[in-house]
Amino acid sequence: MNFFELFVKLVLVISVIPSYEVFATSNSKLMHMEVDLSNQQSLQRGAKVFVNYCQSCHSANYMRYNRIGEDLDIAEDILKENLIFSEDKVGDVMSISMKKKDSANFFGVTPPDLSVIARSRGPDWLYTYLHTFYIDESRPFGVNNLTYKDTAMPHVLWELQGFQQLVNTGKRGAVYYKPTYKNSLELITPGLQSEKEYDATLRDLVNYLVYMGEPIKLKRKKIGFWVIFYLSILFVITYMLKRDYWRDIH
Amino acid sequence: MAKSKGTFVNVLVGARDWVDARFPLMKIWNEHLAKYYAPKNFNFWYFFGAFALLVLGIQVVTGIWLTMNYKPSAEEAFASVEYIMRDVEWGWLIRYMHSTGASAFFIVIYLHMFRALLYGSYKKPRELLWLSGMALYLLLMGEAFFGYLLPWGQMSYWGAQVIISLFGALPIIGEDLSLWIRGDFVVSDVTLNRFFALHVIAFPLLILGLVGFHILALHEVGSNNPDGIDIKKNKNADGIPVDGIPFHPYYTVKDLMGAVVFLIFFFAVVFFTPEMKIPGTQGLFLESANFIQANPLQTPEHIAPVWYFTPFYAILRAVPSQLGGVIAMGLAVNLFLLLPWLDRSPVRSFRYRGRNYRIALALFVISFIVLGWLGLQVVTPVYTWMSRFFTVIYFLFFLLMPFYTALDKDKTVPDRVTN
Repeated sequence: MNFFELFVKLVLVISVIPSYEVFATSNSKLMHMEVDLSNQQSLQRGAKVFVNYCQSCHSANYMRYNRIGEDLDIAEDILKENLIFSEDKVGDVMSISMKKKDSANFFGVTPPDLSVIARSRGPDWLYTYLHTFYIDESRPFGVNNLTYKDTAMPHVLWELQGFQQLVNTGKRGAVYYKPTYKNSLELITPGLQSEKEYDATLRDLVNYLVYMGEPIKLKRKKIGFWVIFYLSILFVITYMLKRDYWRDIH
Repeated sequence: MAKSKGTFVNVLVGARDWVDARFPLMKIWNEHLAKYYAPKNFNFWYFFGAFALLVLGIQVVTGIWLTMNYKPSAEEAFASVEYIMRDVEWGWLIRYMHSTGASAFFIVIYLHMFRALLYGSYKKPRELLWLSGMALYLLLMGEAFFGYLLPWGQMSYWGAQVIISLFGALPIIGEDLSLWIRGDFVVSDVTLNRFFALHVIAFPLLILGLVGFHILALHEVGSNNPDGIDIKKNKNADGIPVDGIPFHPYYTVKDLMGAVVFLIFFFAVVFFTPEMKIPGTQGLFLESANFIQANPLQTPEHIAPVWYFTPFYAILRAVPSQLGGVIAMGLAVNLFLLLPWLDRSPVRSFRYRGRNYRIALALFVISFIVLGWLGLQVVTPVYTWMSRFFTVIYFLFFLLMPFYTALDKDKTVPDRVTN
């Protein structure tokens, strides 16, 4: 593609901005989850969900397997057995073998790299998104999503969650209610997990995605505490030094 | 024991004298520190000059280390930043210090400028000091703008796209000018490369040089103070201002203490909330949209500049015509340059000024903050009218200044500094 072509495309894209919604969302508030990075078991379970369900199509090209091992206290042999399904070495990044061009053909878009997805979307969005797939036969994969309308992604976790159906929004019987993500969907085909178990699975997964978005987050605040502690002592010393020098002024 | 210590000091003194015979070491030391007499009544607002130097140091040092691993290419830039965040030893700390440093720099500079407005530090004989400071501020804006493109996220890309296209609104030369800045029809690898060059070498050199000028100009005319009086008018028999104290050791130890307090706040942000995710924002220091790699074919739903540019961005959006908006924005930034000549009051410090200036300054600060907030919001009719209202106040502060300062009922300024 030459630059002129790019420019023309750009102008076209810009000219449709007003009608163009990148994140099509309904008006209701996202479902909220408390991220808990101190729960190492949750992070380990989340990592397992990630490699089993997400990493078939999504890469995490900035994340190395052995970093997970180090941070989440997983021995190398267990790491190899449970998290690495390809020929990858423990020091490799979590890439995928699917070519970008192929995946764009399969899904319409290339599934984005998920290394920093939790930093751009935020945990609540991911949590709500993964909760709100519902049956929609007009879509290529038979599902749509309340959080991200007409998403190109199939409901990968269907075997765990089962399938949901969109219920009449805004009115149930004679009662009007404010549609939310939760009360707009109804489970019609149960999956392997109960609703409670599926919710726990998503919390593990999103916990893991937050960790993967910024691995140092596990330690950053602890280090910060000591830095501030040290600076506070230094402040006392410099304050006393200042007071001593300034004694004769005024 | 005492004797060997004495020998060690003697060696140091010897070395100093050796250098001093060949270089004006003691002369510079005395002129700028040990015998530079600063007013003894500096208050809180007088810390920010030293803080600005400290942040400049942080930015230069962390910037050098970032450059060691950053790759200025459209293909690799985004990934190299994540590489720094994960695989480079302490890379995350260096990067967060640099990103937090950028915002800290503007906070410090805005407070430093506000100090000048409070105490009339721009007035005669400090006009050149003020002009050099304003030039530094403009350079800092350029430096921040170039640097913001480098992570090559969506906000980097589209922010640059929007700002550069503003130049296109200028008549006749506009289109060619924006093309010349970009080096391409859209922001691209070419743009990234030149912005990198400008960010890591051209502008830092200019800034360092001008900081030297700024300090020399300050030490030539002497520091202003919260009372806005001239301490050089009142000297003792030795020719030393009676209200002055040597910068070293008095203000070096005081600024050292201040620097530690500054660093406590600075590192609290770096370690606990580097994105500065205040509810209702996408992150003021690191925006969440910037964690998506730049995509020239997908415009983000909401493009806003980083917080330190938003007052001017709100002014740009408040004016209905694009050219008018660009001119208004340019004026809003540059009108500060005229302050020494717009202000007709004989009194420097607001402590001894009349009601007019105090009210005008308060309204100006309020409009600056509200415009900054408005610049972060998605446009609505109400917000647009609010922006227009505060834009008018913003400009009236400057345009009416010759009148309200001349008519102000100023008080008598004391001869000596107060405590």
